[in-house]
Amino acid sequence: MTDIFLLQGGIHPPQHKLQSSSQPLRTLPLPSQLILPLGQHVGALATPEVAVGDLVLKGQLIASANGTISASIHAPTSGRIRAIEQRPITHPSGMSGPCIVIDTDAQERWLDITEPVDYRQRSKADLLACIHQAGITGLGGSSFPTTVKLSTEASITTLIVNAAECEPYITADDCLLRYHSAQVVDGIDIVLHLLGYPHCLIAIEDNKPEAIAALRAALQNRTDIDVVVIPTKYPSGGEKQLVQILTGQEVPHGGIPADLGILCQNVGTLGAVADAILQGYPLISRITTVTGSYVGQPGNYRVLLGTPIEHLLTATETPLDNIERLIIGGPMMGFSLQNIQAPVIKSSNCVLVPDTQELPWPDPAQDCIRCGHCEQVCPAKLLPQQLYWFAKAHEFEKARQYNLMDCIECGACAWVCPSKIPLVQYYRFAKGRSQAKLVEKYRSDHARQRFEVREQRFLQAKVDKINRRQARITTAAHQQAEKTNHSQPLSSDKLPSVNPVLQLKQLKTAVALAQTKLKKATQALSDAESMQSLSRSKLATTVAALQAGLAQAEKQFQHQQQTMGLDPEREKSLKIAAVKAQAEVRQLQRTLDDVEESGRTASTEQLATAKTLAKVARKQLDIYLQGDHKT
Amino acid sequence: MVLPQITSPHISGANRTGQLMLWVILATLPALALQTYWYGYGNLINVILAALMAITMEAAIIRIRRRPVVFYLADNSALLTAVLLGLALPPFSPWWLLLIAVLSAIVFAKHLYGGLGNNPFNPAMVGYALVLIAFPVEMTRWATAGIDLSMEDSLRITFMGFSDVNGIDSWTHATPLDLVKHKGAQPIDALIASPEMGQGLKAAYWVNFAYAIGGSMLLCLRIISWHAPVAMLTSLALISSVFYWVDPQKYPSSLMHLLTGATMMGAFFIITDPVSSATSRLGKLFYGAAIGILVYVIRTFGSYPEAMAFSVLLMNLAAPFIDYYTRPRSYGHQSSWWR
Ligand code: SF4
Ligand code: SF4
Repeated sequence: MTDIFLLQGGIHPPQHKLQSSSQPLRTLPLPSQLILPLGQHVGALATPEVAVGDLVLKGQLIASANGTISASIHAPTSGRIRAIEQRPITHPSGMSGPCIVIDTDAQERWLDITEPVDYRQRSKADLLACIHQAGITGLGGSSFPTTVKLSTEASITTLIVNAAECEPYITADDCLLRYHSAQVVDGIDIVLHLLGYPHCLIAIEDNKPEAIAALRAALQNRTDIDVVVIPTKYPSGGEKQLVQILTGQEVPHGGIPADLGILCQNVGTLGAVADAILQGYPLISRITTVTGSYVGQPGNYRVLLGTPIEHLLTATETPLDNIERLIIGGPMMGFSLQNIQAPVIKSSNCVLVPDTQELPWPDPAQDCIRCGHCEQVCPAKLLPQQLYWFAKAHEFEKARQYNLMDCIECGACAWVCPSKIPLVQYYRFAKGRSQAKLVEKYRSDHARQRFEVREQRFLQAKVDKINRRQARITTAAHQQAEKTNHSQPLSSDKLPSVNPVLQLKQLKTAVALAQTKLKKATQALSDAESMQSLSRSKLATTVAALQAGLAQAEKQFQHQQQTMGLDPEREKSLKIAAVKAQAEVRQLQRTLDDVEESGRTASTEQLATAKTLAKVARKQLDIYLQGDHKT
Repeated sequence: MVLPQITSPHISGANRTGQLMLWVILATLPALALQTYWYGYGNLINVILAALMAITMEAAIIRIRRRPVVFYLADNSALLTAVLLGLALPPFSPWWLLLIAVLSAIVFAKHLYGGLGNNPFNPAMVGYALVLIAFPVEMTRWATAGIDLSMEDSLRITFMGFSDVNGIDSWTHATPLDLVKHKGAQPIDALIASPEMGQGLKAAYWVNFAYAIGGSMLLCLRIISWHAPVAMLTSLALISSVFYWVDPQKYPSSLMHLLTGATMMGAFFIITDPVSSATSRLGKLFYGAAIGILVYVIRTFGSYPEAMAFSVLLMNLAAPFIDYYTRPRSYGHQSSWWR
């Protein structure tokens, strides 16, 4: 007997399990069409391996996994590929997604499947590959490709088999255990073999006595596997919660159970593993609970993946016309489906069709009275009321600091809230927004980097060009000067276009102008900076460098002032320098104007542009100084 | 066919804010009955008048804030505030005193801060403290225990003032806490032996007992949590027994502190106000314990014999800080104490 620990928080919503669990496991009649979304799992979409018009056999691969974090899809029955196109998928968003549509031929012709060899004789890699090819994902609702979890590098000391099924209404795992407990135990054996025989705990809530009995019978007093009966409390079946109940340990923040040497698997998944390794069957069907007041024949059904929910409903004598809402999954964490054309997929453990009496429409929310009930039931030990205030005030950063991201969206808080505040909705919103912000920041950082590199190259080319021209001009001027020096000495007043005083004035204005512009740019940048959470220091450096450049310019200018006007050659090069300087300063002004403008309306991208422009400006200032210096 | 999209969870528990508040109001009934028994119709009149005023004001201000009146009234929070005020204010308080207290509770302490849930201070205590400071004479006139006044006379006092009723002096009396406060060098034993103190104490014990009964009912129904009341009563008992142990003739016993004045009312009905108190369980322990100590300190060394309102308001101020420093350790996180 294993000790169990108390689940922190949690609630006791009405069970409503008898509606479906009192009925035997039944098989659904074959639908005329199956719709198989390419993305039924977490990870990359599967790649279609068939073309429209192809004949497929039952169990044939029709879409293959696209990498490790992906899952293959097989034809659940024989038929012809009708289409590969966008269809409504089983997803909270109500979107469409790429699907393979099969017209079934009612022949149920199987692909030839060779009898697999005893798994104990096969290598670990071979077994994992086999599970991967069978397209197995977590059937408890996570839909995470199972091989990813099973091929962990960590040494696993405990395998936790999740048969808790804590959500109201759902009895799919219960049913599986009652009818196929031996198959589940086979699956456990395979996984134990894969993991090097750790200890195994099967966690099951005490509201499923028949399933417990069936399991115990299948186990026949084995000592390496313990059936742990845990008190019925929602959400005991959450992975992290189960780890805590069974071991008293907590999965570290940001970690996975494997960090504690624990691996969790759902019973349904283990059943599928047994099918794949012992029979060679890929994952083509699952047990789905169909329940709710509107369902004529509630119960558990073995359903082919891809079966349209509409077919499921008609086959269970559910009147389609007066359905008010339809929930995929349980009433606590499930989502409402908008389109009943969407199919049953690997993760669909329950289809709930309630009437408004059993699942009333949500009440209007009242004010939060800080009663703290939500906090007392939160299994993640968060402060739901604080998270709610933060989400409401759009203080997503604060919400993150209060560990918003650890919220498992179990809905216990919203269930107890006396003011009926849709708390989970707020958390999803806040999570989405703060995630979006992070992604946006990442993207813009990335874009900025790329942009900067390109701009740098561009600038370098420009600088080189200017330097070359500069060199040419200087040499030409030198030659010219030498020539004139030899033939006819020039005095300063005979150079009509070069008026040193005027030049000086112009330079002075230019510097003053640059100064004002720089000031404005600094202001704009700091504005933009405070608007965006960009690296402050980087921008500060840019501005500082600009300032330093300007100071240097002023120094140069003063130096010039002191030394100018006497040497004719100097005057001439000054003329060149002045023209250049003016051009550069004009450009500097333009770019700084841009900086200023984009600073005002700063989006991240504009800010990046502004920053680069500021850099260009600085470069130009440098060039001006350089040119000036050379003279 | 497009079905409606609703986010999870799709079911919810039976708790309703309005009902919770109603339960708290119901739990005050034993105390109201006993206060009426011992001190006459005064508190009953207080409660009814204050309730009428509070509901009218609440409705008006919700209207002004352009919110649905019935929907917001249904949270029953204004009613609860009024009932608590009616019980806490002295019996036969003049109607205008009630009006000022209710007005400052509902309008100033609650709605000007943004309505229910946003008020940092307990509205009833704001109302109480305000009239206590502004009208000390009216507020320290408590009815004599065992008074026998007809309803008609009671109403006359409430609406026309004390002076219109003959023999006023015999109907109001200092409370036990007042007597202790002003006993001078007289030893407590002698004080307790005096008949007026004896009668007053008896009434106070009964009334406090009634509040404790009502409070226990709320505890059993899980409408309030035990943390703050237990912490407050424990700290009050501890600190008073320390002083009692030092000089039993100068300082009253723990029992007297626990069962006189507004102790039990405060412990079960005031400091458990969710909005203005600390929210986490640990926080509630600190919050309650601090109030217990403050109550003792103000009763013993302050200039007001009744300390509940000030202690609660002071700790309301501290509640956000307590909450901040008593954040629970989230699942999978390190303890935040040394962070
Ligand atoms: S349960 Fe609802 S009303 Fe109570 S504190 Fe939480 S969010 Fe606020
Ligand atoms: S939904 Fe999130 S905040 Fe609410 S109880 Fe569950 S884990 Fe806690």
